[in-house]
Amino acid sequence: MDCFIGIDLGSTTTKAMILDENLGTLGKGITNSRSNYETATSVAKQEAVISARLTLFQRELEARGLDNIGGDVFLDRLEQSFRLEQFLEQLEDLHQTCFNYISGPRVAGMEKPISETLSETIRRIATEAAKMYEPGARRKSDFFRDIAGSRFMDIGEKLCKQAKLPFDILLNIYDKSIIEVENRPPSGDLQRKFEAALDRVAPVMLPVAARLEEIRQALLAALGIVINEVYVVGTGYGRVTLPFPKEHIRSEILCHGLGAHMMYPGTRTVLDIGGQDTKGIQIDDAGIVENFQMNDRCAAGCGRYLGYIADEMNMGVHELGPLALKAKKKVRINSTCTVFAGAELRDRLALGEERSDILGGLHRAIVLRAMSIISRSGGISNEFTFTGGVANNLSAVRELKKLVVENYGDMTINIDPNSIYTGALGAAAFARRSANGEN
Amino acid sequence: MKKTAPREAIKELSMLKQKEMIASNYEKLTSAPQTGARVVSTYVPGNLNELIMCFDMLNNLPEINAIQNGMRKKSGGMILEAEKRGHSEDVCTYVKSDIGYMAKGAIAPNGKPLPSPDLLLLSYTGCFTFMKWFELLRDEYGCETVMLQVPYEGDGKVSKNMRDYVVKQLKQEVIPALERVSGVKFDIDRLRENLARSAKAEDDFVWIMQSAKNTPSPIDAYFGGVYYIGPIFTAFRGTEDAIDYYKLLRGEIEQRIALGKGPITPEGDLGEEKYRLVVEGPPNWTSFRDFWKMFYDEGAVVVASTYTKVGGVYDYDGFRHDPSRPLESLAEYCLGCYTNRNLPERVKMIETYMDEYNADGFLTNSIKSCNSFSAGQLLMMREIEKRTGKPAAFVESDLVDPRYFSASNIKNRLESYFQMIDQKRRAGGSTRAA
Amino acid sequence: MQMRGSLPSSPNAAPYGNTGKIMSDKKFDTTEVIFEYCRELFEDIDFTAAREWKDKKAERKVVGYMPVYVPREIIHAGGMMALGVLGGGENMEVIHGDAYYQSYICRIPRSTIELSITGRLDFVDAMLFPSICDVIRNLSGMWKLMKPETYVRYFDVPQNYRDDLGGVYYVNELKELRSGLEEMGGVRITDEALRRSIAVYNENRQLVNAVYDFRARTPWKAPSPEVYLLMRAGMVLPVEEHSELMRAYLAAAEAQERPMRDNCRIVLQGSFCEQPPLNLVKSIEMAGCYIVDDDFMLVTRWLLDDVPLAGDPLENLSAAFLHHSVETAAKYEPVAAEKGKFLINMVRSRAAEGVIFAAPSFCDPALLDRPMLANAIDKENIPNIAFKYAENSGQMQPIREQAGAFADSIKLWSGI
Repeated sequence: MDCFIGIDLGSTTTKAMILDENLGTLGKGITNSRSNYETATSVAKQEAVISARLTLFQRELEARGLDNIGGDVFLDRLEQSFRLEQFLEQLEDLHQTCFNYISGPRVAGMEKPISETLSETIRRIATEAAKMYEPGARRKSDFFRDIAGSRFMDIGEKLCKQAKLPFDILLNIYDKSIIEVENRPPSGDLQRKFEAALDRVAPVMLPVAARLEEIRQALLAALGIVINEVYVVGTGYGRVTLPFPKEHIRSEILCHGLGAHMMYPGTRTVLDIGGQDTKGIQIDDAGIVENFQMNDRCAAGCGRYLGYIADEMNMGVHELGPLALKAKKKVRINSTCTVFAGAELRDRLALGEERSDILGGLHRAIVLRAMSIISRSGGISNEFTFTGGVANNLSAVRELKKLVVENYGDMTINIDPNSIYTGALGAAAFARRSANGEN
Repeated sequence: MKKTAPREAIKELSMLKQKEMIASNYEKLTSAPQTGARVVSTYVPGNLNELIMCFDMLNNLPEINAIQNGMRKKSGGMILEAEKRGHSEDVCTYVKSDIGYMAKGAIAPNGKPLPSPDLLLLSYTGCFTFMKWFELLRDEYGCETVMLQVPYEGDGKVSKNMRDYVVKQLKQEVIPALERVSGVKFDIDRLRENLARSAKAEDDFVWIMQSAKNTPSPIDAYFGGVYYIGPIFTAFRGTEDAIDYYKLLRGEIEQRIALGKGPITPEGDLGEEKYRLVVEGPPNWTSFRDFWKMFYDEGAVVVASTYTKVGGVYDYDGFRHDPSRPLESLAEYCLGCYTNRNLPERVKMIETYMDEYNADGFLTNSIKSCNSFSAGQLLMMREIEKRTGKPAAFVESDLVDPRYFSASNIKNRLESYFQMIDQKRRAGGSTRAA
Repeated sequence: MQMRGSLPSSPNAAPYGNTGKIMSDKKFDTTEVIFEYCRELFEDIDFTAAREWKDKKAERKVVGYMPVYVPREIIHAGGMMALGVLGGGENMEVIHGDAYYQSYICRIPRSTIELSITGRLDFVDAMLFPSICDVIRNLSGMWKLMKPETYVRYFDVPQNYRDDLGGVYYVNELKELRSGLEEMGGVRITDEALRRSIAVYNENRQLVNAVYDFRARTPWKAPSPEVYLLMRAGMVLPVEEHSELMRAYLAAAEAQERPMRDNCRIVLQGSFCEQPPLNLVKSIEMAGCYIVDDDFMLVTRWLLDDVPLAGDPLENLSAAFLHHSVETAAKYEPVAAEKGKFLINMVRSRAAEGVIFAAPSFCDPALLDRPMLANAIDKENIPNIAFKYAENSGQMQPIREQAGAFADSIKLWSGI
């Protein structure tokens, strides 16, 4: 089937979106951008293909009247199980790659204990992994590097201690290997992994087990559909280095504008706060950009600022919002400058301010910056859509809603849980237009 | 010395002529200690070249030195030098580049040191920073100084009081200082002759800038424009050389029009003219070529710019230096320079350019160093959008501080902007333009 | 439009009513009460006192002005109130103001625009933008574009101090300002009224100088945060009332015993436009430095002497400007050797031990002037340090540390 792909290469994550001919979403995928944009693009695209296969599978189930069996729970389990397969595959890749690095003067004479410790570490991570991909389980991240990395540190260090091995040797081996593994997209053998996943899920879901062969046929049919990439459009921060010719590249402003329009056709103003920049975009009733403004040279008040703050507070970025929501007192933070953020933070902490109160102030400061960029682009006069990574931060959302009402009155404010895909969605829509010779 | 030579850019006769003029002027300046010529240092906006020539003095312009150093990628180190000496990172980089330049021996492009000026003449026009810069230069040189205050057109017009004030300062402060330092008696007829030559060159200059009304435009009025303003903004206004230069250039442009050609770029003639823009603000000098390329690669041509009005506005309200009113017309020249006009006037001027040059959009290159230009540009942009219905964009850089030129950031914005214009066009005139 | 001849002349004597708080109320008898009142005025970014003054009579007009100097006498002589607008301060959140300015421009214009956009200046009938820098200069044009109904004037001043050149120019500018205000206010500003207003401001200036002298003599009795807010009150109160307030403060401060601290004495320089947060003034003093002179709100002390009452009032204002006014970054210094002399004299006459250069970030005049001033005082062996702030700076720790180290070094040095 013909499909149209949009890739949004952001500074922190790369997103891919696959649309069918009717601009229906077939699949979407996300990965960390790494330093290698080409790999990031291919991984994101592969993730989107996986998700597209699941969509097609679902359509097959519907077509065959099998969609009541297990329903969403089944598909969800199947996906998790698939991811587990993929994780294990990459973990084994990591294992083998590490072996290749057990050499040289530093490890001389210790090859054997190191190899054993490595294998045991990998084995334990693999054992744990099943739990991580159980239904309802929460993972800190979906990216292989994040999951494998944090477990490798914990388990590897423990085992090294027991074996009286210096952990830094193992760590060094890991560091070299992970870059290689990360830049090697997972194998494309989807059928094997999907079938393995199905076989893993079936025994625990009786209705599925009962009609396993019919379901397997549906799955094979879905996997058998030829996905014909008619046109790919790339956008995003790193798009200059996208491995596409110029006519396949669209500005992120245009893509965000169109993407937001597709999600919420009534949208006239879009705010996107990403890792590197903040954009205020005005669009017309067809999703065409009328005006846009971005933050100036400095990245003050962008997602990256939150990253600095999180580092400074020794927290995860995703933990900032919830803690800020607990603020009891208004603390005014005047600098959204990433350079000064740490200093002002320490100053406040030294004054005995609560962390939650300070974070509340910080979130407000970020949103104030964004409000200025909106104001600069022409303000809000109608439906408003908030996108980008920071749109997942509840504290930022709360402040933004307050300020929008205060400054522009009651406005419809849209925040989509999938808003991170807005740019990729717009890009995919442009791909469809380009294929039709429009623009 | 031979470097790994960049591909030889195509040079027209006018370019060679200008190159010669500049080289010979630097030669005159650097050999002043031998020839005994007196040197006056003065700023570009409101410079009194015709008057200075009456005293056989040479004109050395600090901004031009800063630009030269910027384009030769030497300004970065000079700015650091000035900051090391206690100058704030927040302030104008022309000033700091100039201070660093002096600290490093003020070597002219011909490799010889520039002499210290014999007179500092501050034509304090359209920029507050000039006044402080001037005080700093005075500290450095300890030579005779004279200040010409040019009042700001706060209400958007020249009042009699302003004109009288400037004329009286010319008579009672500036001319006596020039006489004193040069030992030459002021001869108003000589001034008249110089002014007559200025007016002649100015006529051709205006014709050249207005040639951009053609489609396709035969010139780029910003990136090319900064070369075209060279003689008329600097030490050549009032000379035969300037008259010849503009005549030559005009001939070349007439030919381009006849052939239906677009502007010359460093990589040859521009192909298809896709976007016609009006640009506000000075260019960046340290990455001038890279910046230009971002435009011509996309088929964008600047048809009018405000920066080319900073050393005198000749087109908008038809000003010419006038031999029959020598001092009055010098005063009006100073008062009328672009950044000496208030914001409503600047907006009106840009709006007129947008209409008369049939522009597709308005772009501001906002310069960190230059508050005289930059403060208020966001409001100006909003006004232009409102009045013309044409899309506008905003990029930021600096004059000669390489730290403030982020190529990827600017390119990103420009591309988004050009695509936005495209999209609007394809949408079938969803622009509100009349 | 009314014909000029038929305009009523301005109400005579003190054309001002006042809020009645000070002159009728005896409770302004301690520094605490006065300080609290000044703090209320300072924190009130709705300018309630000026609004109340205006609301008392239909024909009253309020003329806003920005730093650094305007001849308030002319405004006063028209029966109008001069209102000093010094930005939005540290507690104002700036949203729309930021939409008008790039990040490399100081904060005062953005918070001033925010004041306007949020309607806080809607009662102001005219705005004057003095010649201080390109940012404030351009703000005058922005105001014209945004508030076409308001009388807006860029108030230019001479940088040539010859009576026959700069003087003639300036007198004509003053005349233009006068007729502009006359037309805006529908009043006639007579020479007589001008002389009365000059007298009122002479008195006010004498009191300002008395407060500064008092602080320089006994800095522990007049803490700088108090003096600062007392002067800020002069921006938003009718001048007569401000004079009364200063009189009351002088009496109360004189009578009050306060502990003297082992602080060094410094002059603060560079804060003439965008104001630092109050905490900065406090921090410097807490860190061990008595501020014995400063350049806050120069408008109150721009002219160094009384302006003569006899003769042509505009000529007198002009002569005072040309020959008896402060040296500051916004003015040209025609004689190279004089650069910095004013500051050096200030240090000497106040028996100060050092200079703290405290300038707003991105302030062209202050930051370009600073190396020259620092050079001049270095030659006189006057210790100095420098830092930058914004009106909403939140971090005082570095300021406290720097000022504290400076105070220690001065004490150490003078102890040898």
